[in-house]
Amino acid sequence: MSGLEIDNISMRFELPNGGAVQALKDVSLDLKKGELLSVLGPSGCGKTTLLNIVAGFLAPTGGEIRLNGGTVSGPSADRGMVFQQGALFEWMSVRDNVGFGPSMKGMPTAEKREKVDHLLDVVGLQDFKEKAVYELSGGMQQRVSLARCLCNEPDVILMDEPLGALDALTREKMQGLVLKLWKETGKTIILITHSVEEALLLGERLLVMAPRPGRIHKEYRLPFAELGVGADLREVKKHPDYAKTREEILTMIWDMEEEIMGRSEESA
Amino acid sequence: MGQILSDLGGELFVLFVSIAQALPALVGYIAIILLAMTVWRFVRRQMTPKADYTSLKTVTFGDESAVVSDKAASVISIALIFVIWGAFTGSNWLPGMFHAPGPFVGDSSFVYTVEDANGNQDEATVFVSVFEKGAEVPSQEVAAGTGFAKDDFLAVQAYRSKLILWDKNDETNRSEGAKIVSVDGRAISKDNAVDVGFGRVALTDKGTLNFEPGKGWQMENIWLPAPDSVASRLVSVWAEGYQNVTLAEHLSFSLFRVIVGFFLGALVGIPLGYAMGLSDWFRGWFDPIVEFMRPVPPLALIPLVIIWAGIGEQGKIILLFLAALWIMAIGARSGVSGVKISKVHAAYSLGASKVQILRHVIIPNSLPEIFTAARVAMGVCWGTVVAAELVAAEKGVGKMIVAASKFQDTDIVLMGIILIGIIGFGIDVLMRLAEKWLVPWKGKG
Repeated sequence: MSGLEIDNISMRFELPNGGAVQALKDVSLDLKKGELLSVLGPSGCGKTTLLNIVAGFLAPTGGEIRLNGGTVSGPSADRGMVFQQGALFEWMSVRDNVGFGPSMKGMPTAEKREKVDHLLDVVGLQDFKEKAVYELSGGMQQRVSLARCLCNEPDVILMDEPLGALDALTREKMQGLVLKLWKETGKTIILITHSVEEALLLGERLLVMAPRPGRIHKEYRLPFAELGVGADLREVKKHPDYAKTREEILTMIWDMEEEIMGRSEESA
Repeated sequence: MGQILSDLGGELFVLFVSIAQALPALVGYIAIILLAMTVWRFVRRQMTPKADYTSLKTVTFGDESAVVSDKAASVISIALIFVIWGAFTGSNWLPGMFHAPGPFVGDSSFVYTVEDANGNQDEATVFVSVFEKGAEVPSQEVAAGTGFAKDDFLAVQAYRSKLILWDKNDETNRSEGAKIVSVDGRAISKDNAVDVGFGRVALTDKGTLNFEPGKGWQMENIWLPAPDSVASRLVSVWAEGYQNVTLAEHLSFSLFRVIVGFFLGALVGIPLGYAMGLSDWFRGWFDPIVEFMRPVPPLALIPLVIIWAGIGEQGKIILLFLAALWIMAIGARSGVSGVKISKVHAAYSLGASKVQILRHVIIPNSLPEIFTAARVAMGVCWGTVVAAELVAAEKGVGKMIVAASKFQDTDIVLMGIILIGIIGFGIDVLMRLAEKWLVPWKGKG
């Protein structure tokens, strides 16, 4: 089948002090090609662990990940990753960062150049091609990260809080850009975030995870991502369902947080 | 144990006494610093005031960014060193009015009073001529004068002292019981010397007089040569060499050792550091060795290296190799372990192989750390080579100054020290330039 299958993933590891952590328990999920999934949950719910397993950086202790029918056993170019910050190569220019994947594959220079130029146009960095990445602002750096990932043409894009370190205004602009890129490229995207608003806006499907053990708590199918493509995101937020869903999810997460607090007070 | 403690206590006491003696000079120096600051601030207020951002800050005390090195202070500080140096050595570079009082040179006299065995007293004059080192020794006939004590003449070199056998020409002498009771009318005894204005007259155990001309405030050449004599030595040693070895030869031997030793150390140390950073087996294997060898100062290895490799080039290059090796290995190791895991993850998910990640991520990411280590290693190597040459070498700046010290050519010693400082500083400046040029992303990650 074409798409990403997360099949009954569990993750349990031992601690040096003899205890054990059940980071994930029986997480299953199917993503069709071109779907945009946002993942939300209180800290410690295993969302980053899940993303690292999908990326192939961690081996699950149970279950398996399949991409287009083949089992995932390690990192590979078919699953691109966008990190929060600091994952660019500051010894390379913007152009070389974006063209890193094609360079590794040995793509001919002219072809690579055309591709990189096109992507830099798409993310609006056409005037910064030869700059060093450390000369760019945080928002621009994240545009480079997105372009670098897209340039390698992965089947799935994994985003680990890609906008978490940006200021509110830049963040909103970047959210629009992510939606635009999603629609234009038709990539499957998994996006992890702390922000409920971001999860609502950027999640065609939204997964709320619960901690201890990390598991799927509830899944939503939302219209906002579709509405937000090419539109003013502030208009989308005025949608009557938006505020309602936001309140519902916030209450859910607050309850989880309180439960965690209560549990740790009991054990203390 | 108690003996050791009391010995150390004694040493500490001597140290404190020396510090206490140096205290007035220290206080004076600080006073000069503050005075210069006050004067310069006053001068600057008369000029157009600065209008940059920093000048608008109201809080500067404790704001590190507001404290920038004042160029005027640097210039005055360096100039003052030369002024003080020149003043206390009587340098030709400094007008005479700025010189500290020099040693007494010229003619003068003092009068001594003799008492013979019968209690009779008589006076006689000693004519003293103090001459500079290297000048012709003056001689002078003096009339005997009246009475049983006869006048004497004494020629003495500046900074030296001389015995006066006063009774050689007198009508009585020490074996007959005559003795000196006063000099210039002031009573003299073995414990009580007399200052005659241009020098000091002391009575020896045997009853003779010892005259020491006044030394003034200046340093004798052998302790501290004047800056101009150091400079002229530089010119002459550059042109003619010292002990049949030219200065260029001394310098290039030292630099050759440093560069070859450092290069070999880096050649082995960097791959070693990479291996330690990338493989837990290599890390475990070499960690104890590196952690043990790193705190051993390379200078402590000199005797062993001399025993093993002799005093030739090989021994010194081994020493510098060892000095650079551990520093470079540790620098490369921390450069590798310092790579952000998200960079490595990003490279993997962009399809890079292990070799490509090493080449395009790990190595460039470690370069800033390696450069820092290289700067440290070069500094350590330079210090070590000089020290090693002091111990045993045929050529090299260290060898030059230790040979000069044996002949009390203090000006060459000083010149060598200044050259060593300038070259060490130059190496650091070059390394920093190279760093700026080669790893512009340093600290920008």
